[in-house]
Amino acid sequence: MTDAVLSVEGLTAGYVRDLPILRDVNLTLRRDTLCAIIGPNGAGKSTLIKAIAGLVPVSAGRVMLDGKPITGIRPDQMASLGLAYVPQTDNIFRSLKISENLALVLRRVPDRATRLDELYTLFPPLAEKRGDRAGSLSGGQRQMLAVAMALASRPRVMLMDEPSAGLSPKIQREVLDLARGLTEKGVSILLVEQNVKQALRVADHCYILAEGRNQIDGPAESILSDPAVGEIYLGGRRVGAA
Amino acid sequence: MIQHLVDGILTGSIISLGAIGLTLIMHMLRFANFSYAELLGIGAYSALVFDRLLAALIPFMHEKIGPLSLTWTLSVSVVLAMVVTGASAVVLDKLVFKRIRENAGPLSMVFASFGVALILRNIITLAFGHRAQLYSPDIAFAIVVSFDPLLLIKPDQVFVLGAALVLMLMLHVVLTRTTFGYSHRAVAENPDLAQVSGVRLSRMVVSVWVLGGGLSAAAGVFYGLTNQISPHLGHNFVLPVFAATIVGGIGSVYGAVLGGFIVGIASGLSLMILPSGYTPAMPFLIIIAVMLLRPHGLFGEELHR
Amino acid sequence: MIGMISYLAFFSTMAAIFAIAVLGLNLHWGYTGLFNGGVVAFFGAGAYGTMILGGRADATVLGGFGLPFLVALAGGVVLAGMLAWIVGLLTVRLRHDYLAISTFGVAIAFESLTRNAEWLTGGARGLRGFPRPFEAAVGNNFVYGLLFLAFVLLVLVLVYIGLERLVRSPFGRALRAIREDETAARSLGKNPTRLRLTSFVIGSMIMGVAGGLYVSFYAFVSPQDLAPILTFQIWAMLIVGGAGNNRGAILGAFLIWAAWTASGFLLARHAPVAMQIYTGSIQYILIGSVIVGMLLWRPQGLLPERLETSAGPDRTRPAGTNTTATTNKGVT
Ligand SMILES: Nc1ncnc2c1ncn2[C@@H]1O[C@H](COP(=O)(O)OP(=O)(O)OP(=O)(O)O)[C@@H](O)[C@H]1O
Ligand SMILES: [Mg+2]
Repeated sequence: MTDAVLSVEGLTAGYVRDLPILRDVNLTLRRDTLCAIIGPNGAGKSTLIKAIAGLVPVSAGRVMLDGKPITGIRPDQMASLGLAYVPQTDNIFRSLKISENLALVLRRVPDRATRLDELYTLFPPLAEKRGDRAGSLSGGQRQMLAVAMALASRPRVMLMDEPSAGLSPKIQREVLDLARGLTEKGVSILLVEQNVKQALRVADHCYILAEGRNQIDGPAESILSDPAVGEIYLGGRRVGAA
Repeated sequence: MIQHLVDGILTGSIISLGAIGLTLIMHMLRFANFSYAELLGIGAYSALVFDRLLAALIPFMHEKIGPLSLTWTLSVSVVLAMVVTGASAVVLDKLVFKRIRENAGPLSMVFASFGVALILRNIITLAFGHRAQLYSPDIAFAIVVSFDPLLLIKPDQVFVLGAALVLMLMLHVVLTRTTFGYSHRAVAENPDLAQVSGVRLSRMVVSVWVLGGGLSAAAGVFYGLTNQISPHLGHNFVLPVFAATIVGGIGSVYGAVLGGFIVGIASGLSLMILPSGYTPAMPFLIIIAVMLLRPHGLFGEELHR
Repeated sequence: MIGMISYLAFFSTMAAIFAIAVLGLNLHWGYTGLFNGGVVAFFGAGAYGTMILGGRADATVLGGFGLPFLVALAGGVVLAGMLAWIVGLLTVRLRHDYLAISTFGVAIAFESLTRNAEWLTGGARGLRGFPRPFEAAVGNNFVYGLLFLAFVLLVLVLVYIGLERLVRSPFGRALRAIREDETAARSLGKNPTRLRLTSFVIGSMIMGVAGGLYVSFYAFVSPQDLAPILTFQIWAMLIVGGAGNNRGAILGAFLIWAAWTASGFLLARHAPVAMQIYTGSIQYILIGSVIVGMLLWRPQGLLPERLETSAGPDRTRPAGTNTTATTNKGVT
């Protein structure tokens, strides 16, 4: 049995004081696995990831990394803790060149030259376009750059918010396979995904979130057979539904 | 004609310097800072104080440099004034803007900046008097470049233009060649992502005030060197500097440079058709023209509410 | 005794005129979340407009048409409204800064115009001679002062009632809705640009009313009357009284005007002779400190907005796209 690398306990958080979006959310990510979070639009999936990253204020509960509390960390300290985050939208600096985007995230990495080479090897299209503005990249290449930026600091845990959104089915599969592949290289991944089928294909474990609360969770293979899943998506039988 | 153009270019270079700082601050902190131009005044007067101090301490440095009315003491004072002004900007942020930022929205920031401007301007008046002052009592002679059309240029003007361009070039190098510059541009584009990428926001806020304060101090001293300094210096630059940032597009450093020259030249040339009493209104007409033709400026992104 | 009463009448007339302008500003800032950086221009448009239309004929300037008082006042108000409409049309759809900057610019441009267009505004000398309404009929200066005060108070009450109705109407609710959450309001089918523009024009016209009353009171106007400090005074009145509360706006006008007059009196009396030319600067610092201090420590003012939905202008707004940098908790 692999142990928990990241865990969320009783988390309540929201953008405005006294207006929680997440209520009492619990979640565990085990080492070297891929854990998917799925749920309808507005469920609070992105908010959960942002709360872990310290971008949304937490009013109750805690976040533990390797058993140490990291609740409400300063987002700029994530990398030094081995945590990385790929946001859902606006996840690259469009006005900076590709090389500048990478130089920025690499500036605290001791062996930045080697790491940069590794990243360029991992993502050849980025190497090819290194002198271009990131805004000129195609959708798939943007996600590549976003993932490369997150990987720059060699994180142990990566939070990915819908990395496949807006991409063609083929590229979607590639991005998710890439994420899956990372788990074999010692990166544990918390992945938010819209496409349930794709998510379950690559995930080990899956949480379903709706209305800012945990609904059900279980191993990826068996969760689809749970009749509750469909109902949660259709709006019936939710925990905390009005 | 040509005289107005040349004078306009000179004023333009000063406006550009001021506008660069303003555009950096406005882009990062997302509010129209009406107290920013007062930093020109703080810069100009602190250089005056340092100049007098240094002249008293090391008299032999109080010598003019070549044909300029600029002395060695004043050139050292410019640098000191840039530091002091940058520091004052940081202090102002700590005392006022940071607290308002934490509790209220950008409109309150705009409002507070008006109040801060009024306070600063009148503290300067109390400290230095209403009267306009000069760095050097000697008259700087202009060189006749041509008689027909008549074109007079003071050596100081050439120096100011050159120095302004050098400062801009230095800033360009910092922004495009250093990771410090990348972090600046990153925060301006997307603060959340910048933080996630390891940039500490509070440091960047401090450094943008230092940069903006430094540039505006230089602009203030350069203005004083070619004209005179008075407590109204800041107030007189509010509108030109805003016009320049709007022409260039809020957030665009290169836009601010170009915008500064456009505003300076347009104000200079307007003297050919309008009495000089209307010069203060020129930047407003330029702003209106930009709103009509290209609301997001030459290089700006579209900034709707 | 009579001296005392007539001074009080004078004081109250001025305070009431300012209170009208503050009510106009409250519609902008308090209820709509618009920043007007050039109150003085709209006040001034009302003042000069009224003066040019209703003033006594003067060979050196174009104006002095001697129109009946109410017609002249209406003209001044329309002028203020037109100025607001032009500026608003260009800027209210853009990010909030543009309106702040443009209105600040209007004030500067307006000042250059009043100082330089001698043929129209009399330049630095200003315009002089306004047949004050009913003055001839009353004859007695003291009684006239009281009557004029009553008239100004009547206008103040009318503007107050009108605004109270306006902000409680569906229009007023829509204004607050766009102030609080523009996206949500838009999705409910409101047109934020039109609403803002309407509010901006109405508020500026109210400032124009104040300007018109001001010239008819003094029968004189010059660029000195319209110094930039007027804008600051009116802001201070609003922020002290309480943005989003019309009663607060009126209270603030009287308080700040009293503080201003009292500080001017005390400084003139007790400041050393050498300091006398700087008393203005000291008063300006006081006004600036009132504004900044209120924003820092009591942004809701003395009489806060009484609302179901919010605690005050732009205080509870969630982080919108333009405010990400400023609302980030990282900026500490
Ligand atoms: N910056 C914000 N300020 C205030 N409320 C927000 C903000 N961002 C999101 N919300 C609200 O929080 C709730 C949850 O949003 P969130 O983005 O977490 O949903 P999501 O599950 O990621 O949805 P999607 O599948 O569309 O990405 C929504 O009701 C949304 O309106
Ligand atoms: Mg999301």
